[in-house]
Amino acid sequence: MNHTDGTFIDVLQFLILGIQRGSIYAMVAMGFNMIYNATGIINFAQGEFVVLGGLMMVTLTMAFNLSIVFSFILTVLFVIVVGILMERLTINPVKHPTVLRLIIITIAVSIIIKGVAMCFWGKGSHYMRHFSGTAPLEFFGATILPQTLWIFAILFFVVIAYIIFFNYTMTGKCMRACAINRDAARLAGINDRKMVMLSFALSAGIGAIAGIIITPIIQMDYARGAMLGLKGFGAAVLGGLGNSMGAVVAGVLLGVLEALGAGYISSHYMDAIALVILLFVLFIRPSGILGSSEAMRLKEF
Amino acid sequence: MKGKNSAGFFALVISIIAIPFIITNDYYIGVLVFAAFNCLACIGLCLLMGYAGQISIGHGAFVAIGAYTSGILTSKLAWSPWLAMLCGVLIVIVVAFSLGIPALRLKGHYLAMATLGFASIVHIVAVAAVDLTGGPSGIVNIPRLDLFGYVLNSDTQYYYFSWSVVALAVFIAFNLVNSRVGRGLQAIHGSEDAASSLGINITSYKVQIFILSAVFSSISGSLYAYYMNYIDPGPFGVMHSVLLVTMVAVGGLHNIWGALIGAIALSLLPEFLSFLSDYLQVLGIHYQPDYDTLVYGSILLIIMLFLPEGIFDGLASTLRGSKSFYGKLAGRRTGRVQ
Repeated sequence: MNHTDGTFIDVLQFLILGIQRGSIYAMVAMGFNMIYNATGIINFAQGEFVVLGGLMMVTLTMAFNLSIVFSFILTVLFVIVVGILMERLTINPVKHPTVLRLIIITIAVSIIIKGVAMCFWGKGSHYMRHFSGTAPLEFFGATILPQTLWIFAILFFVVIAYIIFFNYTMTGKCMRACAINRDAARLAGINDRKMVMLSFALSAGIGAIAGIIITPIIQMDYARGAMLGLKGFGAAVLGGLGNSMGAVVAGVLLGVLEALGAGYISSHYMDAIALVILLFVLFIRPSGILGSSEAMRLKEF
Repeated sequence: MKGKNSAGFFALVISIIAIPFIITNDYYIGVLVFAAFNCLACIGLCLLMGYAGQISIGHGAFVAIGAYTSGILTSKLAWSPWLAMLCGVLIVIVVAFSLGIPALRLKGHYLAMATLGFASIVHIVAVAAVDLTGGPSGIVNIPRLDLFGYVLNSDTQYYYFSWSVVALAVFIAFNLVNSRVGRGLQAIHGSEDAASSLGINITSYKVQIFILSAVFSSISGSLYAYYMNYIDPGPFGVMHSVLLVTMVAVGGLHNIWGALIGAIALSLLPEFLSFLSDYLQVLGIHYQPDYDTLVYGSILLIIMLFLPEGIFDGLASTLRGSKSFYGKLAGRRTGRVQ
């Protein structure tokens, strides 16, 4: 009897850990989708936005001792500016874009951001205080950190904001129109260039939020971007690229699978689990398990 | 090979022979040996990216597989280095085949991410499979390579050997590019549908060139292991794959010479920067090797924004442009009608 209880608590604990990780992947995936919908580009610097958000937050809260709320807003604004600069300086000026060139450009930006982060924050990982204490709460026998609850709540808030923005505001509707058919949107008087810039801004902002909320738990360092980006992309593909609600579900699912794999198979190969899933989805069903294959037939893989 | 390319090849061979007479410092010869390894991997990658138009951010993984196969078989099972290298090539052929068949159906961003994911998995295995790879502490006591029973002990000997391999690879690559296969690959790069309607089996061509480029990388990894006598997962991270793509892109995607120039330039860049840092010190700027990443990224970005065809084609077209400009001037002066 005791044994089954233990198993249940273990599973519950892994689920909590999994959803916590998955929330971050979901937000990275949403960032990928915003830029992909506006431009057809996969932004290889997406993971770097997350790192930048985390590290900036560490500096503002730990070195400058600013309040969490104030630092949070400043950090998100800072990363949004980085996202806008990236679009204005590296994507907008490209006159004859080819896929290969755009891929390499976003890779170059990711290397630059990584280099700058290394120069400013060094190679070590950074501790940041939790939003509201570290005393764990009891949840059906499993423990849950207050920070984890913050992560769940902020993911929920981001998803709600996303739905409101894209369904009930004019700007959001314009962005959706651009994603569906750019030429038609332009004919309807939408400034598509501005929408591209906005998509980079929002994508950077959402990446920053993901970095800020996970840093107290994983202790951010400059080199984490590539792995966060890859796993976030895994979530985006699993949910059907371009489909942000699919990405949220897929991100959480990926996090849970990863946590269960780490718990029951091997923790050394934990990072490989999400990547193996990514490869399998790409090879077997690149439209994603949650994306409709009808709509996906129109897209190029 | 014909015309300009054979002249270029001749110049390459001459410079390979001449350089050790000019540069006698063992350290710099060692740097050039590393440049040779990168050249070898980049020639393969250039065939795949520039000619067939398929991106791979995963070739560092094939370098790693070559290096680890060589390292494990020679140090733990006492195989001959040549046999171990061959075994590495065979393993890479199998891996590249099984990865290439599903992956090369994907295009652009998807292919890039799939290969990046693969590179990441290989690195994770290299760190985690401690029994096989030695984990983070790596493998020691890898023997040096011998040539007809003659062990390549000095840096200069290894330099000549590795650059001969590069010259051979360049020769193979040019012959391939100017063959039916090469033209088929360029047709695929132009338009897959058009190529396929002309009777080119695009899947088979793409997979074959993927395997060939992976084999070049594998040999480069094996040679690296024999030169260092020690390997650990450090240099085989995702960043190495990205660096290989950077080298090819900076030099010029559509030209084997471009790939060579890019590989040599970026392999020597850290040395150049540390050399430069002495002068910057005088100006009050304290340059540290930590800034190298930033410099790499900036070079890549600037090249992609302003010289998207790479240094080689960029310079070539600038030269051509200035030639025709001066030609026009000269023509005007002598009153000739253009």
